[in-house]
Amino acid sequence: MTALLAFASNNRLVHLSTVDLAIIVFYFLLVLAIGFYLKERANTGEDFFMAGREMTAWIAGLSFLSANLGSLELMGWAGSAYQYGILAAHWYWVGAIPAMLFLALVMMPFYYISKTHSVPGYLKLRFGESSRALSSISFAFMTVLMSGINMYSMALVLKIVLGWNINLSIWVSAGTVAIYVALGGLRSAIFNEVLQFVLIWAGALLIPILGLIEAGGWSGLKARITTNASAEYVHLWSTLGSAKDNPMGIQWIGIVFGLGAVISMGYWTTDFLVVQRVLTSKDMRAAKMAPIIGAAFKMFVPFIVILPGLLALAVLPIKLMPEAQAIATGGHSYNEVLPLMLARYCGPGLLGLGITALIAGFMSGMAGNVSAFTTVWTYDIYRAFIKKDGSDHHYVNMGRWCTVLGVAISIGTAYLVMDFKSIMDYVQALFSFFIAPLFATVIIGMLWKRASPAGGFWGLLAGTASSVAMWAWVKVDPSALRYIALSPYAKDMAENMYRALWSCIICALVTIVVSLLTKPKPESELKGLVYGATEIPPESYVTVLHRPWFWATVVGVVFIALQIAYW
Amino acid sequence: MKAGGSISIWFFIGVSLLFNGVLILAAGIYQYLQPPEAPTVLFNLHAGIWWGAILAILGVIYCILYCPSRMKTQ
Repeated sequence: MTALLAFASNNRLVHLSTVDLAIIVFYFLLVLAIGFYLKERANTGEDFFMAGREMTAWIAGLSFLSANLGSLELMGWAGSAYQYGILAAHWYWVGAIPAMLFLALVMMPFYYISKTHSVPGYLKLRFGESSRALSSISFAFMTVLMSGINMYSMALVLKIVLGWNINLSIWVSAGTVAIYVALGGLRSAIFNEVLQFVLIWAGALLIPILGLIEAGGWSGLKARITTNASAEYVHLWSTLGSAKDNPMGIQWIGIVFGLGAVISMGYWTTDFLVVQRVLTSKDMRAAKMAPIIGAAFKMFVPFIVILPGLLALAVLPIKLMPEAQAIATGGHSYNEVLPLMLARYCGPGLLGLGITALIAGFMSGMAGNVSAFTTVWTYDIYRAFIKKDGSDHHYVNMGRWCTVLGVAISIGTAYLVMDFKSIMDYVQALFSFFIAPLFATVIIGMLWKRASPAGGFWGLLAGTASSVAMWAWVKVDPSALRYIALSPYAKDMAENMYRALWSCIICALVTIVVSLLTKPKPESELKGLVYGATEIPPESYVTVLHRPWFWATVVGVVFIALQIAYW
Repeated sequence: MKAGGSISIWFFIGVSLLFNGVLILAAGIYQYLQPPEAPTVLFNLHAGIWWGAILAILGVIYCILYCPSRMKTQ
């Protein structure tokens, strides 16, 4: 690590001018100003934790997407596009769009009608306290740990790209997030996420525009990639028949069922970090429209993330490499694709805006983690198990302190990772253990009245335990990957897909079997929680153009057209 | 959606776009008049000028449409 930092300090990728610094400083001042301005609107628990439940579909939808659009996501997937080609776009299309539409049309009514504050809160209403305890404790701690890892990674990027001091980057960015979230609560986080969303597009959109001009359009890009790498890099589906035919080492089954049906469903429909944004919607129609608006914009994110990776493959005169190799040889790693492309096309001012986009992405991701942690800790752990009879004012104060505490734990994690880098892999694996089984538990709970509290708890526990067991099996014996991923040619990425798929199936089977053997909740207690026991308000009073189904169909048609166009 | 009492989120976005757009436009014009020794790729397209202008125009539109005093009267 010391060697890396020493290397980084002498080899910064870009040099910022006064104009660039002015743009970055103005961004920090603006987000702080928003936090101070919104302080007066964060006095009650409903204001602080749920932004008053008064967001329009556009605000909730853009915030829903922005909370996920972290800078590591941007840089990581741009690097993956360089490494794996257009296959990386699956994480934005089949790995997101169907799940977001499913959340909007099928799951959102139950979340919204139940008036829950959180996903663990829904589990409490549907399955009881033990399921909530399991999911809230795991979510709260994994969220702040992930936030710390992201913080460290971002500080390291700023060190490598700009030569900034790593401690300064951590403390300034974390301090800014702590101030504006602690002051204005979720409303402030959402406000800033929408601002950050606009800045990300304004700062990153120029790269694909100029890149396509340089490469000679899409056909020129494909020709150059075929020469520099392989023709397989520009096909989305046609190389997925066998794991040995594509750079990712995965088959279509893993992409469709592992990624599309389990991992993305788990993340976009049950990860409270993103679902919380939609729960702030002002009414049911806005709550259903928000994920659809998010999906419409998500479809075009590959234009600023995947396309720059492909363009780098076509136009960069240097070869990028894995991080360890880059450190050893003094070269550039895959993750440096976006900064390299920024430096290639952007002069003073544009460079500052591009760097601001990366910082904004990091801060929106971190604010999302911290505000979700604050809500789950205060409502699902502190109020549920520690102090049940506090006043609303008491819980708001707890939320403010918890925001600061969450940021402090994140900073601690960042420093821990700095010294023990392998922790990063373990925490990321830990986080993945809970997502896939949680989706099975929630969706069975929403759609099947017979699912019992015992079934929900034991299913979630069995799914999580099986995921841990499969991960440990491959760690101990790497050749076990061929059994889990169903192919001797499978690579690391395939393991995640199949582990999620199996753990979700195991969770579903255990939930069903235990539910059939145990006593279900009476139907009177399932009102507002389960399909068949919940009256969903009709939408016949609005025109077709205002109905969520109509816009979900439009998004779905464009999604299918994109798959065919890049087949 | 409005913050506090009267300021819309889109007004904040307009301010941000306007500030960034003006700075980028000014830097682009300066570079046009004083070309750097080591120009970026496709420098001849002067992206700073037109991109800065687009951002500034969008910023002005948002600032006018969502100006706090205008929103109060609606």
